[in-house]
Amino acid sequence: MAKGFYTDTTACIGCKACQVACHQWNDIPAAEGGRTELSGDSYDNTQTLSAENWRHVKFIEQITEDRTQEGFLQGSRWLMMSDVCKHCVHAACLEVCPTGAIIRTEFDSVFIQQDACNGCRACVAACPFGVVDIGRDGKAHKCTMCYDRLQNGREPACAQACPTESIRFGDIPDLMKLADARVAQLKEQHIDAYVYGKEDIVGGLNAFYVLVDEPHVYGLPEKPELGSKNVDEGFALSGVAAAALAVTGLVSFRKSRMDEKAGAATEDHH
Amino acid sequence: MFQQDLQNADCIIVMGSNMAECHPVGFRWVMKARERGATIIHIDPRFTRTSAMSNQHVAIRSGSDIAFLGGLVNYIIQHDRWFKEYVHAYTNASTIVGPDFKDTEELDGLFSGFDPAKRAYTTTSWAYDGTLAPPAPAGSSTNQNGAHAPPAAPKPAVDFRVRPPHTDPTLQHPRCVFQILKRHYARYTPEMVSRVCGCSPEEFERVAKTLCDNSGRERTSSFCYAVGWTQHTVGVQYIRTASIVQALLGNMGRPGGGILALRGHASIQGSTDVPTLYHLLPGYLPSPSAAAPQHDTLDGWVANTMPTTGWWANGRKYMVSLLKMWYGDAATPDNQWGYEFLPKSVGDHSHIPMFKAMSDDVVKGFMCIGQNPAAGGQNAIYNRAAMAHLDWFVVRDLFRIETAEFWKAPDIPDPSVIKTEVFFLPSTSVTESDGSFTNTQRMLQWHDKGAEPTGDCRSDLWFSHHLYKRLRKLYEGSTDPKDAGFLAMTWNLDVEGPMQEPKAVDVLAEINGWTTADRVPVKTFLDLKDDGSTSCGVWIYTGVAPAPGVNKARARVADAYTSLGWGYAWPANRRTLYNRASADPEGKPWSERKRYVWWDETQKKWVGYDVPDYPATKAPSSKGDWAKGGMDALDGSTAFIMQRDGKAWLFAPSGIVDGPLPAHYEPWETGVKNPLYGTQANPVAKVWNIVGNRYIDAGDPNYPIIITTYRLTEHHLSGPMSRWSPWLTELQPEMFIEISPELAAEKGIENAGWCTVYTPRAAIECKTLVTRRMRPFTIAGQRIHQAGAPFHWSWAGVVTGGNANDLIALVADPNVTIHEGKAFMCQIVAGRKQAEILAKLPDQTRPLPLVGRREKRAAESAIDEGIELAERVGQYLPLDHPEGVYHG
Repeated sequence: MAKGFYTDTTACIGCKACQVACHQWNDIPAAEGGRTELSGDSYDNTQTLSAENWRHVKFIEQITEDRTQEGFLQGSRWLMMSDVCKHCVHAACLEVCPTGAIIRTEFDSVFIQQDACNGCRACVAACPFGVVDIGRDGKAHKCTMCYDRLQNGREPACAQACPTESIRFGDIPDLMKLADARVAQLKEQHIDAYVYGKEDIVGGLNAFYVLVDEPHVYGLPEKPELGSKNVDEGFALSGVAAAALAVTGLVSFRKSRMDEKAGAATEDHH
Repeated sequence: MFQQDLQNADCIIVMGSNMAECHPVGFRWVMKARERGATIIHIDPRFTRTSAMSNQHVAIRSGSDIAFLGGLVNYIIQHDRWFKEYVHAYTNASTIVGPDFKDTEELDGLFSGFDPAKRAYTTTSWAYDGTLAPPAPAGSSTNQNGAHAPPAAPKPAVDFRVRPPHTDPTLQHPRCVFQILKRHYARYTPEMVSRVCGCSPEEFERVAKTLCDNSGRERTSSFCYAVGWTQHTVGVQYIRTASIVQALLGNMGRPGGGILALRGHASIQGSTDVPTLYHLLPGYLPSPSAAAPQHDTLDGWVANTMPTTGWWANGRKYMVSLLKMWYGDAATPDNQWGYEFLPKSVGDHSHIPMFKAMSDDVVKGFMCIGQNPAAGGQNAIYNRAAMAHLDWFVVRDLFRIETAEFWKAPDIPDPSVIKTEVFFLPSTSVTESDGSFTNTQRMLQWHDKGAEPTGDCRSDLWFSHHLYKRLRKLYEGSTDPKDAGFLAMTWNLDVEGPMQEPKAVDVLAEINGWTTADRVPVKTFLDLKDDGSTSCGVWIYTGVAPAPGVNKARARVADAYTSLGWGYAWPANRRTLYNRASADPEGKPWSERKRYVWWDETQKKWVGYDVPDYPATKAPSSKGDWAKGGMDALDGSTAFIMQRDGKAWLFAPSGIVDGPLPAHYEPWETGVKNPLYGTQANPVAKVWNIVGNRYIDAGDPNYPIIITTYRLTEHHLSGPMSRWSPWLTELQPEMFIEISPELAAEKGIENAGWCTVYTPRAAIECKTLVTRRMRPFTIAGQRIHQAGAPFHWSWAGVVTGGNANDLIALVADPNVTIHEGKAFMCQIVAGRKQAEILAKLPDQTRPLPLVGRREKRAAESAIDEGIELAERVGQYLPLDHPEGVYHG
């Protein structure tokens, strides 16, 4: 039976317990030793899913400019959403992986075998959601759906940590029933909710969401293209090209790191 | 109420709390209620993550909550929405107050009995008709005369003890509580609420209507609050006002109803129960006070602090059993069961006076365990400066927090002149020792040790035990009378393992209590006696370990509702207090929908989903006989058994030092002239006119911005458990202040840019989060800005930053001496200008930690010799002013 995440964004309180639980279980160190900077982007200081952040809580402030005595909630919202790898039914990353490092597990999740990854970055380009990222070790990383926990009969760390059941883990058909019921309930309250990640989205997402605004508001593609189309097929399958891509990627990665360091150094002189 | 019961509420008002962010786990029950169709309302100056989850958010100015809540009282009465049968039966609405009482209506914001010279009330005129002020309930003030008054004279015999108070069941008597209440709140109209709070009258009325529509026989509503209500110069009265609202609507003691005090740490509730407070002994028994001559004897203490009617009439049994546990064989009838060993409090020994006493070289040594005053103390600079006066200082903590290295504070330029000897003792974390937490809902939950401590880390229990053993050796053989109590103490803990760790369950057994002769655990506090035959460490916890080897705090059997098999909630494993009120006076549920505890006529006893909060077989129809005292004095149709008249007090004839009814006063620092009364601020607020604590005058144009402090989900308090964890610091790495785009534009401050926030106490640099979630208010026609500052940062740890606690003044609620951190004034400028601004602030406004004592005192005298002297007298001479039980 396919397993996955149902994330009800209307129940997310933005506590980031999922991010912390993910880092702790998977032993991923904090960025910059925890000494990062305030982003100024609401309460989001980790900014993106990445090789280090397999969960990422987005904060979308929709507060009307006119905040007179009529109160905030007249059309104002602060949306929060814990984003994660979608573990797509048709997973572009898996399709384009030249070494077979990316596999579909017995839980129907998409998993990158680190010892087989050569860091070619094909999956990075292929993923329509911008999930996969190259880590400092030069290899591709993303949410494993806590494969090690699943193999031992436990749910992923993020789902267990979520205090409000915004993130639920289970069998996809069961979760979809819950999501449909939640959508119906929200519609009764005149909230325009829907499930993002049914079959119309790349054949279905094993991590799907209940949203209350357009996908782009949450940084999600409206109509994601099947990932293999994102990369020229011949190019992707050429080992040489992949290696070249990897080198380019590494250089650009290094460059961005150096830029960051230079920025930090400038900051120190303030 | 208990948190799981929030799911049964039809409406939840979160006010004075950012529950989703600061209590995310408990907030799941609010989410459940929302899912089941309840209306969630968040009333707060800021639009927070709690507001985002609510159906309604109403923004009100910091420090205006009593006006809003008082408006609700007025709305309920004016629109006739009060729950008649409930109010008649269970509150003191019909009780007649004495003819000498004068309300704020007559005295422009003061109550009768105010002495301007002493800045204190004599509360005798607040008493019920024909009675003198009865002793305060246990757990609150024992001195009716306030802080700066001489001790109360022994009371004549004509009081509550003789007969019940007069009542007028028609509620028409002009001096009955209901009529006084009605007059008192008549001016709290929706328009006045709008003028004071800055919300619209329509917003207010929508909240009022929603609350009333969801209260009554069929429906219940609850309030959740935290330190957003307590940290004010009128903090206790905030909670009192909510209590009046909930009593009028019949929401107390019922499923989905009540007022939930959200606790800010894992065992803050436990620390008031057992307790770590200076003015209480375990189980809310008042500490003997040197200010009350009656407290020289046990009998006098009982007469002065314990009512003769209602549950507290049992107080003597709890006290004697406590003394017997503490002093064992040394507790005998000849020495009043060891009462003579107890030290007496000689003043207010709470946080602020304690640090002032350090600063004044009165307190010379200090043990700091589980607290970080160098960063977390109000006016934290003053706290740090005070520590520099200590001779010796012990800090036990997980990390080398700011307090452990206070001399490294950036505002202490030359640590070499500090003579304090500091001992840092590394502590175990909670996972490295056995023990219990008592949480928000009074529930004890046991935790087992999961790992052995590393290095020199030791548990708090280990530290206390071995400290006692070593001190004991030093005291051995002393014949000094003051040492007799220390030497008489029982201390029979066994130790185990290579660390010589005492067993936490042995302490639990002492807390639970036993029969003195054969140490059979007592099963309930009903079994406690005042003849020395029982010993009990904390009477309210009795039953948690009712048999050898049984630890109910460790129980883990949950069900869909009250989960009586999970943990152990004091008292008697009861989840909702005063749950007798969930049934009508005849003992029947008010409605099927809200059935909870009821009288079973066939079994002739109280039954229900919870442990009934009533004598098990006291029939609803039983009539009280006042002369018999105790619970026998009360009718079976009363519900609030800890009160001497069995009633919920809409009007408090005693026990509160700043008024029998809450009134809106402006915060000590404010930009607003009190729109309600000529009396601007709480007339009996505790103030400290001392070096380093200059106040901002009301309306001072140099400090025009309201500021409130708060916590973020990502950090814990001043950061000692979060700022050392990179996984948490990356989520909120830098100190910031939240302001509206309007204020940012006025000040030329950019989002994520630097700014400097200052008060006369301190100037801090921080980043800025410019967000529409903040808004300016229009108060009485004048626009006023509101800023918000989390208080998680300081100079040590993985991430560092400006400390909002440095900005706060030492000024406090007169009942409990909690500071006013949730509403004060400041100025904000763009850029990093700390040094520049500090240079402009008068020298005397910052503490002088490194100058000699004499010079410092001279500086203080220059400020206000008269007040300074009064302070000294008030604090160190025997004038008692104990706290209530409220805590963050």
